[in-house]
Amino acid sequence: MREPPQLINRYRWYEIIGIYCGIGVFLTFVLAPFVEGFLVSLKPLSQLFSSPYRFIPENGSFRAYVTMWESVPGFGRYIFNSFFISTIVTAVVLCMVVPAAYAFARFEFKGRGTLLGAFLAVNMFSGAVLLIPLFRLMRSLGVLNTYFAMIVPGVAFLIPSAIWLLRTYMMRIPKELDEAAYVDGASHFYTLRRVILPIAMPGITVVAITTFIGSYAQQFIFALTFNAKSEYMPLPVGLFAYFGRQEVVWNELMAASFVGIAPAMIVIFFLQRYLVSGLTAGAVKQ
Amino acid sequence: MGVAMDARKSAVIFAWLLLAPALLYVLTIVAYPLVDTFILSFTDASLKRTTEWVGWANYEKIFNASFAEVIIRTFVWTFFSVAIKMIIGTFGATMLNAAVPGRALFRVLTMPPWIVPMAIGIFMWGWMYNGQFGMISGMLQRAGFTDGPIAFLAQGSTAFWATIITDVWIGVPMVTLYMLAAMQAIPQDLYEAAWTDGAGRFYRFRRITLPLLVPSMITMSMLSLIATFNSFDIIWILTQGGPNGETTTMIIDTYRTAIGSKKYGEGAARAVLICIFLSIFCLCYFRVTSRLASGEKQ
Repeated sequence: MREPPQLINRYRWYEIIGIYCGIGVFLTFVLAPFVEGFLVSLKPLSQLFSSPYRFIPENGSFRAYVTMWESVPGFGRYIFNSFFISTIVTAVVLCMVVPAAYAFARFEFKGRGTLLGAFLAVNMFSGAVLLIPLFRLMRSLGVLNTYFAMIVPGVAFLIPSAIWLLRTYMMRIPKELDEAAYVDGASHFYTLRRVILPIAMPGITVVAITTFIGSYAQQFIFALTFNAKSEYMPLPVGLFAYFGRQEVVWNELMAASFVGIAPAMIVIFFLQRYLVSGLTAGAVKQ
Repeated sequence: MGVAMDARKSAVIFAWLLLAPALLYVLTIVAYPLVDTFILSFTDASLKRTTEWVGWANYEKIFNASFAEVIIRTFVWTFFSVAIKMIIGTFGATMLNAAVPGRALFRVLTMPPWIVPMAIGIFMWGWMYNGQFGMISGMLQRAGFTDGPIAFLAQGSTAFWATIITDVWIGVPMVTLYMLAAMQAIPQDLYEAAWTDGAGRFYRFRRITLPLLVPSMITMSMLSLIATFNSFDIIWILTQGGPNGETTTMIIDTYRTAIGSKKYGEGAARAVLICIFLSIFCLCYFRVTSRLASGEKQ
């Protein structure tokens, strides 16, 4: 990114105060639930259920982070399930999306635009609309209440954006590279494997990350509907079952939530540069 | 000549081979169920073994019931959610676009609602909305706005807005980052030229940034509209469509009918209706974006 010239961006003191106030208000809205959730996880239950409301915990402790492992017996398993499901989903998506994106980026064939549009149109349906036939499909395949029931539909709804993102990336790879390989007698497949794949690796990484997050963060409904077995539940659904009980032990629920989102936070922290570019790529200049 | 033709042909075949896995997958998991939904909507499919063809009966039932109310509610809910997302998102992007120290960090800090598992963010809101002990009710009482506690999720009118606010919260990061990217794509020369001519910061924002952002705003609103119309997790976790159905949107109603009551046929008819609305949105989206794109070329 080009640095703008200095003078034009010189702010007066009141402008700087205004900007920071604006950012402050904005971030307060975005982050308030996390701050409150974290403080709740530190408060003892007796203090949580007392009026009047107090924001700052008195004699707060991390005890809930220890006791929750007993109150939410499947907790470790839920986290494992979330990771397991998202990893498989990401792997399957990549296997299908890398060749498809290459085809869309490089080859001229009849109906290419329509087909790409059709893929993107999948994005407009949430799984909710297709739940009934998917439910019947899963039942007739006999995979209800297994990992498959969550992985199979999950993959389908993550394919379109992944294709779009990777296609945008691959179109930026100079065509001359393919042509040079072709002139040297390389087959299409060899060109893809030996020329395109290595160069497209950063793009593939971004797609892998966004797909993983999409699967980890957003696919609640399939796990809610297609699986009733507690041992296969991913974290959000596992905690939801716990949340639905009459007596919610809020401090433990919040502690569990924070441990559960820690992986996502770590990902954000280390990969945010890729994330921003990946999530917004192709979006502006369509 | 012949060799060139062969080469082109083999390239086309290769392209289709590359596409085949993704295409077949999406056909099986998305396209086939879509057709199946349509067919089911004309039957009385349920848990029983036999299904019978019932014609338009499911659709008639929908319109006899209070479904019109659900449709209107869905549109109102979606409209306010998208509008608030756009306003807050554009505001956030404008602030984050300012060249002040720390902006890289602030940008990262906008992402959590989007990146963490949605359900978990919603649990946190669920507690904040708690009437007796929750943060929002507590803060309002402290500030003297209300005398007693407000159980936001227990009353229809407040539950309606509470679910909207949570939906906005989850959608804002995406809108913000998208609008920010759009702002940064505006050529810097424009600002420099205006600055040289003595245009102030606010004037430049109003006369350069805002007009050039309009296409991105339209695009983002349409994308957001489609996503918001499909919103399920938030309402399901916070209220399950209650109290008294006051937060029941079309998606929630479909889920209840189909998965809750196992009335597949009636549920499918509702799903078809949702698909029709979504297709209309989608057509508008393609129309608008292609018009914007051709406008850019001229």
